[in-house]
Amino acid sequence: MNPYQICFSRLNRAALIPFFVIGDPSYDVSLQLVKAAVDAGADILELGIPFSDPVADGPTIQKADLRALKAGITPAKALQFIREITAYKPIPIGLLVYYNLLVQYGTERFLQDFKKAGGTSVLVADLSIDDAEEIALPAKNAGLETVFMATPNTPDERLRRIAEKTTGFIYTVSLLGTTGEREALSNAVRPLVARLKRLTDKPVCVGFGISTPQHACEVARAGADGVIIGSRIVKFIEETPDNPDKMQENIRRFLLEVRTALPSKSPKGTSNS
Amino acid sequence: MKSKGRFGPFGGYYVPEVLIPALEEIEAAFEQFRQDPNFLKDLNALYTDYAGRPTPLYHARRFSEAVGFIVYLKREDLLHGGAHKINNTLGQGLLARYMGKTKLIAETGAGQHGLATAIVGALFGMETKIFMGATDVARQNVNVHKMKLLGAEVIPVEGGTGTLKDAINEALRYWTAHVEDTFYLFGTAGGPHPYPTIVRHFQEPIGREARQQCLEKAGRLPDIVTACVGGGSNAIGIFSGFLNDPQVQLVGVEGGGKGLHTTQHCATLCTGTVGVLHGARTYLLQDENGQIRDTECISAGLDYPGVGPEHAYLKETGRARYVSVCDEEVLDTFFLFSRMEGILPALESTHALAWLWQQKGLLPPETIAIANLSGRGDKDIDIVEHHRPLTARFL
Repeated sequence: MNPYQICFSRLNRAALIPFFVIGDPSYDVSLQLVKAAVDAGADILELGIPFSDPVADGPTIQKADLRALKAGITPAKALQFIREITAYKPIPIGLLVYYNLLVQYGTERFLQDFKKAGGTSVLVADLSIDDAEEIALPAKNAGLETVFMATPNTPDERLRRIAEKTTGFIYTVSLLGTTGEREALSNAVRPLVARLKRLTDKPVCVGFGISTPQHACEVARAGADGVIIGSRIVKFIEETPDNPDKMQENIRRFLLEVRTALPSKSPKGTSNS
Repeated sequence: MKSKGRFGPFGGYYVPEVLIPALEEIEAAFEQFRQDPNFLKDLNALYTDYAGRPTPLYHARRFSEAVGFIVYLKREDLLHGGAHKINNTLGQGLLARYMGKTKLIAETGAGQHGLATAIVGALFGMETKIFMGATDVARQNVNVHKMKLLGAEVIPVEGGTGTLKDAINEALRYWTAHVEDTFYLFGTAGGPHPYPTIVRHFQEPIGREARQQCLEKAGRLPDIVTACVGGGSNAIGIFSGFLNDPQVQLVGVEGGGKGLHTTQHCATLCTGTVGVLHGARTYLLQDENGQIRDTECISAGLDYPGVGPEHAYLKETGRARYVSVCDEEVLDTFFLFSRMEGILPALESTHALAWLWQQKGLLPPETIAIANLSGRGDKDIDIVEHHRPLTARFL
């Protein structure tokens, strides 16, 4: 079993997956915050390497990328960061990266180094399954899992292909749009998760726009195996720029709230509708 | 997607999954309508009666005399809107219409593509949003004003350096949230497949006409065809007419800004390295980690750290060569050319003229060169005035 399968099978609820941009707002503070998230009960971490042109991201994560770049974060430093996190506590780590950063480092070499640092999976934001061969073999050779995105406008036939190419989990995008907080959970989530569950046994984690414990709870009830929360967490960093302890406390408290709100899965064999 | 849209190792469609269905839809519609007799009839009527095609090929006698060889100008500056951009926006706008889309979005640098999109939005009665970097909004305010007069909404983009790259980022982001009813009218021969192929297709009349006109006027093919290259749409348009004529040299001229020894330029093919940006594998200006660099150039329309993937391929195969000229040379040429030919050239197009000026005395007198005069320079008079005030020069 891969680290995700172990994680999902142990939990009797949806996995809690916070997202951070590595090095936001600085290497040291970011390390402090991610460790705090692990201590607050994150089951999996989704970490991003900052990029100058993050087209899949809304304003909150764009600003986080800029802060991290200003702090001098490079792919090499990001790998060092991941080593420090996995040394602190073993936890599955999914990487979210824009393709050009891999291309410049060398995809094969980067994935080998990421595996050595303790990483679990890689998701390239701007690489679709049509070009899966550019990432799938290097990931396999490095011993990493692959994660691909599915969106509300992805047709069934393509969802099947996405499931086939995915060895980690399917990153299910809850809405048409970029990352960012939303008032209400998109009503595309439930049908998309249902479609995926009908088409595949691969784990389904939902992200984009999940901003409150209530949203997380709804996503879990829709049948997701994991809930990814990015912009809401990154926003805590933006909100108190000069006070790392406050950031940490806000993130810790928020993650505890979300974890408490996540419903237990119904025992196997019974309906959870 | 039926095709991967590769030009050798370049091109492709490296985009988030959410955009794939929209790109597939556009690819399918383009393949369907490009040969459709009704579509072609509509497009040709618009090219002729609305935009002003064919454009003349003009023998620039005084400029020719000064450089010592024969220079023809392909007068895309005479088109409606003042630049070649209308060729593409009429084509894609009509495609959007045939697809039943009701809303257009576009990015713009100098504002010429934004203006050409606003024109087509008005013509077809489509709601139009133009994304434009905040720096470009400030330096191209005449075009901003024109777009607004035509009924388009201009959205200033603050991120990055506030130039074309940032406008494309923001347009792509907007599109991911509105793919269902919105057509992204991409302006340059770059971005994800199928755009490089579509934009080239709708710019091909430039090269087709220029080749025919040169044969008629000069009795033979030109020796040199030159055009400025930012993203590269006007250049691919004119080059496309001569790709199968190996004796014709193709020269793309990039923005050398403050000089290639600085970082203040946008000479992507001359100095860049291969990477992936805005959906395509192509040459980029980037640092060693793959972060995209800031660019700078007197000409907003060339101020972009990437380039269309077909140009990357033409460079790699040696079919075209790419050079650069710096801001000061462009300004020198702008003044002398304006006063020699009675034409204010766009600063973008002036790059091609400045490269020809550099060849002064170096080529045999019977040499025939065609420069694509891709746009007119009215939009640039404030910039020129800022760098070289008339009061200081001529009073």
